[in-house]
Amino acid sequence: MDKKLIVSPSPHIHSNTSTSKLMSDVIIALLPAFVVSIFFFGFNSLIVTAVSVLSCMLFEWLISKYLLKKKPSLTDYSAALTGLLLAFNLPPTLPLWIVVIGALVAIGIGKMSFGGLGCNPFNPALVGRVFLLISFPTQMTSFASTKAVDALSGATPLAFLKEAVKSGKPLSELMGYFSYGDLLMGDKSGSLGEIGAAALLLGFVYLLIRKVITWHIPVYILGTMFVFSGLLWLIDPETYLNPLFQILTGGAILGAVYMATDYVTSPMNYRGMLIYGVGIGIITILIRVWGAYPEGISFAILIMNAVVPLINKYTRPRRFGMVKAK
Amino acid sequence: MLKTFKIGGVHPCDNKLSRGASIEILPLPAKVVIPAAQHIGAPATITVQKGDRVKVGDIIATASGFVSANVHASVSGVVQAVDMQKDAMGIARQSVTIAVEGDEWNETIDRSNDLITECNLSPKEIIDKIAAAGIVGMGGATFPTQVKLSVPPGKKAEFLIINGVECEPYLTADHRVMLEKAPQVLVGIRILCKALGVNHAFIGIENNKQDAIEHLTKEAASYPGITVVPLKVKYPQGGEKQLIDAIVGRQVPSGALPIDVGAVVQNIGTALAVYEAVQKNKPLFERVVTVTGKDLATPKNLLVRIGTPISSLLEYCGGIPDSTGKIINGGPMMGRSLCYPEAPVTKGTSGVLCMNEQESLRETDTPCIRCAKCVSVCPMGLEPYLINVMSRKKMFAELEEHKPTDCIECGSCSFTCPAHIPLLDRIRVAKSEVMKIIRSRK
Repeated sequence: MDKKLIVSPSPHIHSNTSTSKLMSDVIIALLPAFVVSIFFFGFNSLIVTAVSVLSCMLFEWLISKYLLKKKPSLTDYSAALTGLLLAFNLPPTLPLWIVVIGALVAIGIGKMSFGGLGCNPFNPALVGRVFLLISFPTQMTSFASTKAVDALSGATPLAFLKEAVKSGKPLSELMGYFSYGDLLMGDKSGSLGEIGAAALLLGFVYLLIRKVITWHIPVYILGTMFVFSGLLWLIDPETYLNPLFQILTGGAILGAVYMATDYVTSPMNYRGMLIYGVGIGIITILIRVWGAYPEGISFAILIMNAVVPLINKYTRPRRFGMVKAK
Repeated sequence: MLKTFKIGGVHPCDNKLSRGASIEILPLPAKVVIPAAQHIGAPATITVQKGDRVKVGDIIATASGFVSANVHASVSGVVQAVDMQKDAMGIARQSVTIAVEGDEWNETIDRSNDLITECNLSPKEIIDKIAAAGIVGMGGATFPTQVKLSVPPGKKAEFLIINGVECEPYLTADHRVMLEKAPQVLVGIRILCKALGVNHAFIGIENNKQDAIEHLTKEAASYPGITVVPLKVKYPQGGEKQLIDAIVGRQVPSGALPIDVGAVVQNIGTALAVYEAVQKNKPLFERVVTVTGKDLATPKNLLVRIGTPISSLLEYCGGIPDSTGKIINGGPMMGRSLCYPEAPVTKGTSGVLCMNEQESLRETDTPCIRCAKCVSVCPMGLEPYLINVMSRKKMFAELEEHKPTDCIECGSCSFTCPAHIPLLDRIRVAKSEVMKIIRSRK
């Protein structure tokens, strides 16, 4: 044999996963919820999402090429995913120029200012969303109604109940407005991609099967929310919402499964994930029950994102041989 | 639920192409090159000179220390040279080149096929015989077997674990030995038990070798104390520490040896070699090698004399495919790529794998997305991403507490990294630098 052999250290094979495959799997997992959104919100949903995805990709390309002077890497689909997640967190009727501002903040400030993919401490889509929520509170909290909840004049279920409870009405009278079937299938007002709880859970199953994420973070978050709000509900069911209602509304599933599990901004080991997940669950319920915002999970995730470097520093994975020899 | 190890692990596609191929005897080559160092430890001292006539099984190099092993002639003929020859890694090593003439075996070797089950030797005599035969760990680690069997004072072996896992993709040599040489392997295991003074041996076999599990379970029924343990398929289950954890649920602490938890682990091939050495007086001069690859005409399992050029094995299986980009000595996860195909088969050569050019090249790495997959697959519970960054920044003093020295180099981290970062390469750098720091303190 005349030709030269390739010599390299082991391992000589690879699992064939890649960043772009993982990102596109998350995008695929979000598609059922997107279909639900189009079903209830119609064309608006499609337009807002398209604008968000395209502007995120455009800003990523412009900033890498002209500001950071490095090769733009749109092919890893991370910018597209950020755009999709940002859109899922916006009201479907949001003016498009606001969507573009959100995309600029998400990619420009949330991601590229820290050095691009892998370097950002906060979830870029949530940075964009929270920036918009603070800058354009009116537009960001006017939701289109799906057909069944016209009576609620466009408020999200959690916002409606929060106001109603404040004005002294007992919850048992108000709960009649909602059916769990509607909450599960997506027939409620809310952000573009948050409404279809069942569709989002379907995507979760897909992500688990494809081993894109593990169950840990979503289960820790939703479990903590369920237990914490459940305790409050047991104390006073007329003032505090029941736990099932808590996790089916307000973007809890979208946040727990798709936002909090963002690789870059979540902890690096299972013990860290427990602290992170429980933290998000507790903060979400605290904000919902005693804070100013009815939903709260965006803030909870961003707050815990900030703690992740510390969590990584002080938690270690379970090392082999650390168990006591029998 | 099948047993397996508790932390990490990956599932590479097993590609056992030669699973169904019975062991064939490779015709003798024209000459063999036998290196003096085929084991971990001090190279053996060569005792023959150019022009000497040797028979198969004659000793040609003697162990030169406690951790060392004898080397024997694998063919009969005339010693052509005693000089430096390139080994599989391209490094020149002391070797004996023998030109083959006929196939005359040393008279003391019992060449009959009769199974001899009785062994009346004392543990010391058994260990001496194993040492004389130059047996080393045949799974690839090549640690001299007599050293592993000499339990240090104050420690006690409680059981023997036999590694029939063969978790490396492509390799089937142990699988075929279990199917075709079960009685010999079982007698070998009993001899090993006697040498160690233990009553129990467990044979760990992964569930993808159902036929071997059934066959050995049936055969083992007449050998009290030997239990076959089916294991869930997961790489790197053949790692010594992982296998002990999988079978008896004990984890060897960092820096300790299997004997510290009462276990001694030996490979299937080693058990067969022990049988042949103790019962048949046959030193270790041949072994079963899997010759495989997706583009290779006929993947086979071959019984090969030590020192045979790897190229003759490939020739016998249809020749080196034109598409070949890389030839691996061992399996694709932990094997070493060959610098040249004429390198000799040694005691630790469990397989020869041809990979085509497409499979041979690594992808360019992209930024770490902190997905933590490397952390979750590491069977030692390390943090490859962190060691990678610190290794790149040369923070070796700070790295010590992150235990790169615990790394078993299984490659699961690099295998699984979606960003194609060469994590294990950088961990190896960290490992050797941290070892230097630890040694300089002593």
